[in-house]
Amino acid sequence: MVQLTLPKNSRCQKGKTWPKSNGATELREFQIYRWSPDDDDNPRIDTYFVDMSTCGPMVLDALIKIKGEIDPTLTFRRSCREGICGSCAMNIDGTNTLACIHGTEEVKGKIKIYPLPHMPVIKDLIPDLTHFYAQHAAIMPWLETKTNLPAKEWQQSIEDRKKLDGLYECVMCASCSTACPSYWWNGDRYLGPAALLHAYRWLIDSRDEATGERLDDLEDPFKLYRCHTIMNCAKTCPKGLNPAKAIAEIKKMMLERTI
Amino acid sequence: MADVNRGDRPLSPHLSIYRPQLTSITSILTRITGNALIVSVLLIVWWLFAASTSEAYFDIANAVITSWMGDVVLSLSVFALWYHLLAGVRHMIWDQALMLELKSAEALGWIVVILSIALSALTILVL
Repeated sequence: MVQLTLPKNSRCQKGKTWPKSNGATELREFQIYRWSPDDDDNPRIDTYFVDMSTCGPMVLDALIKIKGEIDPTLTFRRSCREGICGSCAMNIDGTNTLACIHGTEEVKGKIKIYPLPHMPVIKDLIPDLTHFYAQHAAIMPWLETKTNLPAKEWQQSIEDRKKLDGLYECVMCASCSTACPSYWWNGDRYLGPAALLHAYRWLIDSRDEATGERLDDLEDPFKLYRCHTIMNCAKTCPKGLNPAKAIAEIKKMMLERTI
Repeated sequence: MADVNRGDRPLSPHLSIYRPQLTSITSILTRITGNALIVSVLLIVWWLFAASTSEAYFDIANAVITSWMGDVVLSLSVFALWYHLLAGVRHMIWDQALMLELKSAEALGWIVVILSIALSALTILVL
């Protein structure tokens, strides 16, 4: 359901301004969403000042510096620091991206950081992705075959393999789904751009033999058809993929099999 | 789905913090213009209804619709009609899974916005 405003317990309050470090030359202001399950307070926006002359170039570098030098309670997910694990997805400067591959210089003025939008918050910048992962599992993200196992691998021509380019690169960071207004309002039943991109990745895989069943599963007013081509997904994807196009291709496949 | 206790967790901010995109604005405008057109259709039907009822009733309806406020509403409706029509054409192109690359989708968006403003201006000038 569309609910434009946040529930009472989710409204952000003005938070703490943390002290600037002495002798800093290139201070940059960070405004970061904070919420802890350990007290009954509402979320708040804390302000930090980071000395960029002693900080790495990426937003993740700044977050790690804040955690290390200013406020050890600041909580966020991170792992590979090179845009391949998808852990540090968050809302930076109004759009979703990976903190590790988003440069602080790409942002003008204050750097505002929120958790991925319209998700239950576990702590600070960490959203609960349980439902998101369950939706991914629901599209059967594996090769389904019916014919007997081949002696070696399931083979695929170079042309057929090329069809998977722009799809297999997805790292499941959830930036696209949590950027999608349709997913905000109907995320309980609409699968969202990430899961649908994966659905298409298996639908067009020449080796997969469950195309019909996969399409049957998606034939639903909510699962697939809540996509209204708003395209926030493609616009925000840190890997430059295009879930909107993949979804349009699925809709086309749906139509083509009825005529 | 895994049954975990989510407790009384807050919902992270969404609409209030997400930066508007050309594609998201043109998308919501399609909805807004579509709904707004219902109002103008009702207004025009009322106008015709009044005309077929009596002269006195028509004078009332006519006074409302040709007032400056009526002019504003109808002028905006002309824009809404053009915009909604062109956005619909854009969706028909997209339904073929064409022009969905970011660059072409955004170019289409600008074409729809600029063309609908130009065509509205032309329509209002001609009428």
